Parts: sequence; structure tokens; C-alpha cells
Amino acid sequence: MTASLGTPPGTTVVDVAVIGAGVVGSAIARLLSGHELDIALLDARDDVGDGTSKANTAILHTGFDASPGTLESRLVAEGYHLLKDYADRTGIPYEPTGALLVAWDDEQLGALPELQRKAERNGYHATEIVGPGEVYAQVPALGPGALGGLTVPGESIICTWTTTLALATDAVRRGTRLLRGHRVESVTVDGDHTVLHTSAGDVRARWVVNAAGLGGDVIDGHFGHDRFHLHPRRGELFVYDKQARPLVDRIVLPVPSKLGKGVLISPTIYGNVMLGPTAEDMTDRHDTATTESGYAFLLDKGRRIMPSLLREEVTATYAGLRAASDVSDYTIEVDAVQRYAVAGGIRSTGLTSSMAVAEYLVDLLGKAGLSLHPRDELPEPPHMPNIGEARPRPYADAERIARDPAYGTVVCFCERVTRGEIRDALSSIIPPHDLDGLRRRTRAMNGRCQGFYCGATVTGMLRDAPRRGEGQQR
Amino acid sequence: MSTPRTRLTPEVAIVGGGPAGLRAASELAQSVSGDVLVLEREHEAGGIPRHCAHTGFGIRDLHRVLNGPDYARRLVRATEAAGAVIRTDAMVTGWTGDGGLEVTTPAGLAQVHAKAIVLATGARERPRTARMIPGDRPDGVYTTGMLQNLVHLHHREAGTRAVIVGSELVSWSAVLTLRHAGCRTVLMTSEHRRPEAYAAFTVPGRLGLRVPVRTRTRVARVIGKGRVEAVEIEHLDSGSRDVVECDTVVFTGDWIPDNELVRAAGLPLDGGTCGPVVDSELRTARPGLFAAGNVVHPVDTADVAALDGVQVATSVLEHFAGRAGESGGVRIVADEPLRWVSPMVHTPGGRGPTRGRLLAWADTYRPFPRVTVRQAGEVIARRRVPWPAAPGRVFRIPGELLDAARPDGGELRISLG
Repeated sequence: MTASLGTPPGTTVVDVAVIGAGVVGSAIARLLSGHELDIALLDARDDVGDGTSKANTAILHTGFDASPGTLESRLVAEGYHLLKDYADRTGIPYEPTGALLVAWDDEQLGALPELQRKAERNGYHATEIVGPGEVYAQVPALGPGALGGLTVPGESIICTWTTTLALATDAVRRGTRLLRGHRVESVTVDGDHTVLHTSAGDVRARWVVNAAGLGGDVIDGHFGHDRFHLHPRRGELFVYDKQARPLVDRIVLPVPSKLGKGVLISPTIYGNVMLGPTAEDMTDRHDTATTESGYAFLLDKGRRIMPSLLREEVTATYAGLRAASDVSDYTIEVDAVQRYAVAGGIRSTGLTSSMAVAEYLVDLLGKAGLSLHPRDELPEPPHMPNIGEARPRPYADAERIARDPAYGTVVCFCERVTRGEIRDALSSIIPPHDLDGLRRRTRAMNGRCQGFYCGATVTGMLRDAPRRGEGQQR
Repeated sequence: MSTPRTRLTPEVAIVGGGPAGLRAASELAQSVSGDVLVLEREHEAGGIPRHCAHTGFGIRDLHRVLNGPDYARRLVRATEAAGAVIRTDAMVTGWTGDGGLEVTTPAGLAQVHAKAIVLATGARERPRTARMIPGDRPDGVYTTGMLQNLVHLHHREAGTRAVIVGSELVSWSAVLTLRHAGCRTVLMTSEHRRPEAYAAFTVPGRLGLRVPVRTRTRVARVIGKGRVEAVEIEHLDSGSRDVVECDTVVFTGDWIPDNELVRAAGLPLDGGTCGPVVDSELRTARPGLFAAGNVVHPVDTADVAALDGVQVATSVLEHFAGRAGESGGVRIVADEPLRWVSPMVHTPGGRGPTRGRLLAWADTYRPFPRVTVRQAGEVIARRRVPWPAAPGRVFRIPGELLDAARPDGGELRISLG
């Protein structure tokens, strides 16, 4: 713990301010706070991971289809192992399902050998080209007309919400000051430090790291740079009922082609099936509405790929914004004079690469003059609540219920979320500020009834929760 | 990793402590020697009537008129007085490998092995997401169930201006709940040509509650950041669109049974109800497994669900007495404009359906419909009934129309006209 904890951030100068508490910013703050440094982690929104990170398709990528030789390719490959290892230590839910790219026409079929060569160049050697017989053996529910496929056994599904929350929680436990609801509006320089003028007051920092996701180019502009331009790409998706889960046990990927990227069908870590996303280039950086045209597009694609899926009930529909950059690779650079670093244009692969991005960027910071003295004693990484289906959850854990009956009191029936889990989330190190935040931490109200049964109870628990740590965080 | 579970062995286990389950339990507790155990996942038994503050409950089963909470309390008391055990906060999460129920309770995990199991899990309204209504995802979007839970059980507030999607009976129940909470209903929409609910309800409803109803209208989009600000509605015939300002949207009706245990048991769902396929004795295809109430007919009123409980109790006793013949009679199929018929299997020579009536759901309005029953292409019964078939409420068909069915004559097709 650092001595300045608890004092208003406007009056002290932190060593490093990280802008953006998404998966990348949280990974950076966590790594930095493993050193003798005073770190602040800012986010414009009221929760961590509430921007592009929450809208990720939640796949732990091998990086088989990255552009070989790019920084992205290298960091995704490294990040895959780092995150998998971290997930094992912290309990972030993930499930090694494997993936199958399915070719539906001759062009796609013809593209498979090149994709396999690309995977090899990316250092991934486990792919296999398979014929239609094997494709249907692996996913019998596929619609007619599949011509062949490429297997990618290392692709996995992961909980994107828990990943960001784990990294941010770890950072806070290591002494990072999390400042939610701090939107950086302008930046000035004051002697040897930078002043971030935010919607909730000034934050002074010797070094600044820009991990602002969709806002990364704007922040970069505040520092006088014009290196990359982002625009929001809206992705809509359907989450189908858990009863659809037997239809698909691995990620079914489209083969990228001239006609566009297509959509994927994937089991989710929560036991549902996902269809999506769309890819719609936008100008409004806040428009996360779902659309009639998006629905029509998804239904049309889904009908072809897996007609039986469309007979199942839709549990949830989402739209999220991803950051699309006019620079094809990640932009990770440090300006030693300005004492400013950027991790920009980190697209959806950033979930997988986040911890490698952090290592790469912190290494650059060290070379640029930030003194990096590892701390002697660090708290253990947090043990995250298991909201995935790959391992037993509290409602099915007799020992846990015996110790605390709250874990045997199911509140959200559809998702089987217990009173104990909701209570824990509400009193956790980074408690939710709103219902969506609680849903991301527990799955409560995310199920097929969307609150018909439990909505009143769950919103009541949220309303009645003491606002612990509010003064520090807001 | 198998986790230790307490083993319970009641004579009968009933999943769901709403009107159907409770009534089945109170009937059975008086007649079987072993335990009758009701597993209710809510903190209190009684089911949906618990949060329906309005009157009109108990007419057909108790022959009196009660409000929902009083009706629920009366059912619970009667069940306990009859000697059945009601376990609340007891959630059935699945099946054991040998046909028992896996149960989570605050007191620990249990497995329940009973000689007969009755599924009385009820039905719920499809939420906005399942209806695939696009737009923003603000607060203030409810189903009637969630709204009534909020207002009547948790004494919380709704907004001030509501749009109600649907004009079934339950939709008017939502209007009353909103009014109780000080929220005005500015519009009710119906995709049909006329409001679905009974004229007895809609006329005073429109006049007394001053609710404008727009027919042939659907909600095309929800608008609002944080809280609902408006909905975009579309007239289905002209395609014209309007924006209606509101801070609350209630999606009503559009029922789907809680069918998870049915499917997890490997039993087929009926394509129309999305619930289990049962015969007139409310037997499923698995011997000893029964289903009753709105899980088999989504949805009829609470008193009809309770009378299903009486019907299923008799069937369970016959099963115990070894008198039950093979389930497996003649499949009943609903033809347009009927979406479903319940029960789905006719048992020739059986007791006939609950109250001597088949229940059905119509997708278009017919004032005095002629019900036609065909078997192997031949009309075996045809009768005009003096009550309407209308969307959004159960249409009742006299059970004797199936009397002429031949056991080996193939499926029975029921239509109007």
C-alpha cells in the first residue's frame, strides 16, 4: 500500500496514471503496481471493462489467423499463454473447446490451405484441414452445404467480464487507485508532471499511459499526436437459450473471404450459444442499440449455418462497440520526453493479448526512464467467483453451502445465482455501481426470464447494498 | 466430481408450489401413506397469484372470489393442513442419473427419489429479448411478472408513463398494478385486429382506466439511455411509424412454460405449447412422471391450474394402484388458426381432460367458431360453440367431441370451421 492512498488525487502526483480500465488498461495497471510505483487507473465510465471489453466475443485466441510478423501476432501468441496461466491461478472461467472454420463455397474451401500456412507462420502448428464428413462429425447440427473445414484445437472460450475484473481487482489489491467515472476531458503540462482534467477533478501524474480503447485516438490527440484514427464498429449478437447448448460444443468460425467476415456460432462460458457479431462501421461512439437490420442479418446467416439453432429461444441480445483502427497493427509506443505511452488500436484480439501488451508496454516505459523496482511482497492474485459452467458453481457445492447457507439460496433461477454470490459481488473490492455491473459479476438476471422471477429481488439487493469504498473510488 | 446429497424418498414429489402443485399435493396427502413433498424455489409458496393484487381468483375451484395473495395463502394453508410438506427456497436443478431430482436448498443439496413426480413449474412471459425487439437497453423495461413482483411484493415504484405491449387479460392486470404504483398507462398495443381480452374487461378497461388501445400495432424499437424515453411503434397494415414517449414498457403475455426439466428428462416438447406432451390424465411419456397446470397449457387461469392438480392427483393414485393403462393414446394435433391444444394425447376410454374440456389457443378471432375434429381425414365431430375463440386467452373445447375417436384411427386434428 502506498502512503498517498485516500488523499484526493488532485493534490498529489501519482507516478503513473493509466487511462482506461478495460482489459488492457487493467493489465497495465496491475503490472505497474507490482513495482514501487503509485498508480492511478482512470475510467470514464462507472465500471471497469464497461466499454469495448465487455462487448468482446470472448474467445481466447491462439492467434492462428493474425497477420504474420505484426506486433499483434506476437502479442496475441504470448498473451494466450499468459492469460491462460493467469486464469488458472485466479479462477477466470475458460473452456478449451477448440474451433472449426467451416467453408461453405469453393472460394472459402480454396482459402483453407493459405489459412493453414498463415497459422504456421504465426507459430501455431495444430491446425488440420478436414473434409465435409469430419466437419459434420464434429458439429452435426450444421446446415447443409459445408464443403470442408480447418480445425483450430487451441481456440478457447473465456469470460471476458471476469478477465477484466480480475486484472483490475489484482491492480487495486496491489495498491492501484481505481478512479471510476473520471472522463479525461483535456490534458495540460505542469512542470515535471501532466495534469489530466477529468469530469471528476484533476489527476496529476508523472507518466501517463493511454489505454482508452475506443477513445484512444482522442486522448492521443490531447498529447499532440496524430498516429491512428479509430471508429466504432458495432457488433450485434444473439445469445440463445441454454437448451441450445447441445447443438454446438466448439466455436464455429467463418472463413474470411472477399464477401466479408461472416458470423460465428460459439458456445458461451455461461452455457449458452452465441450467434454473431455483425460488423457495422459507425460514427457515434456511444450508440450501442441493437437494430432491425442487424437482427435480420444475423437470422439470415444463422439460418444457413445452423438452422436448428433458430428454433431455440433467444435469451439475450447485445450490441457492443469495438475499436476499428485505420492502422492495421497495434500502436504501442512511448514518448520519453512527454513521459507518455499509448496502447492504441487494440482490437478485439486485445482480450487475449492484454497481459502481453502490458509486459511489452511496461518494458518500453522502463527503457524510456520510468524506474521499475519490483516490490518485495505482493498480495496473491485474487480468487475470482466462478460464473462459468466448466466447473461446479456454488449452487452445486455441498461443502460451501454447509459453511454458508446463502450459497444454497438460489435467487436467479434461470442462471442459478445464489444470494451469497450476489452479496459477495456487492461487497467486493470493485463493487458494481449498477444493475449491468452486477449482471456482469454474477450472471443474475442474464437468463431466459430476464427478471420475471428474480428482477425485484436482485434490484432490491443492489439498491440496499452499502456503498462501500465509494468515497475512494468516485 | 460428485458432491454429497441428502437422499429423500417421499411417495410423491411435486415440483412447483403454485396453484396446480399445491392442489395436487393437498389431494394426494389425504390419500397416500407416504410423504407428499412440494419443492418450491421461491421463498414463499403460492405461485403467481401471490403478486396479483386484484380479485377474481378461486371462482372455479373454491367457488368464491378472492384476491391473488389471499387465494395463494388459502392454497398453502390447505396443503399444509392436508399433511403435505412444502419446502420453499428449494430449487430443482436437474435429474439424477436414475430419474431422481437434484435439489439445492439453504440446508444443503438433496436428491429426491419419489414413486411419482409431478411437474407443476408453470409458465412465464417472454421478455423483450426473446421477442427480439431491437433498440437501446435502458431500465424501465419489464414483464408483468417482474412489475408485479416489484410493486406488490417489494413495494417499489414504477415510472409515470407506461406503454403496455399486448392486451390480454394479464395486460389489464399490469394496468391495475401500474395504477396502484401511480403510473399512467398511455398506450396499450395489440398486434391483433381487436384487443385480446374479454369485452367484459376491455370496455370498462378502456373507459374506466382510460387506456387507449392501438390494434394491429407492434413495438418496433425501444429508445432511451439509462431509462426508457420512448418506444417506436409500427402499424402492421400501413407500416407507418410513431414514437410514443414513456418511461416504462411492460411486455405482457406471450407465455412460455418453464420447460427445462421436461427437456432435461429427454421428453419431447409440444411444438405449440413448448411444454411437455401429456395425455388427458396428465401423464408424460415416462411412467410415473406427470405434469399439470400452466406448464401444459400456457396459460389458463389459476383456478383451472388448481383443478389440473385434482386431475393429476387422481392419475397418480391410479398409477399407484396399478390401474393406469399404458399412456399412449391418440395424438391430438391443432390446425390453424389454433396454435395448440392441451392435452396433446387422447386416451380412449379414459377419464377425459380436466373439467371435461380441452384447452386451446387461437391466433385469430372467431366470434362463434365451429369446432371440427377429424381423424384420418374424416370429420368425426363438429359443433358450433357459443363463445368466441380469441387470441390471448384460452379457448375451451368440449371434451366429448373426441368421444367418437377410434383408438387405432390415427391422429386427431382439431380446427375451427
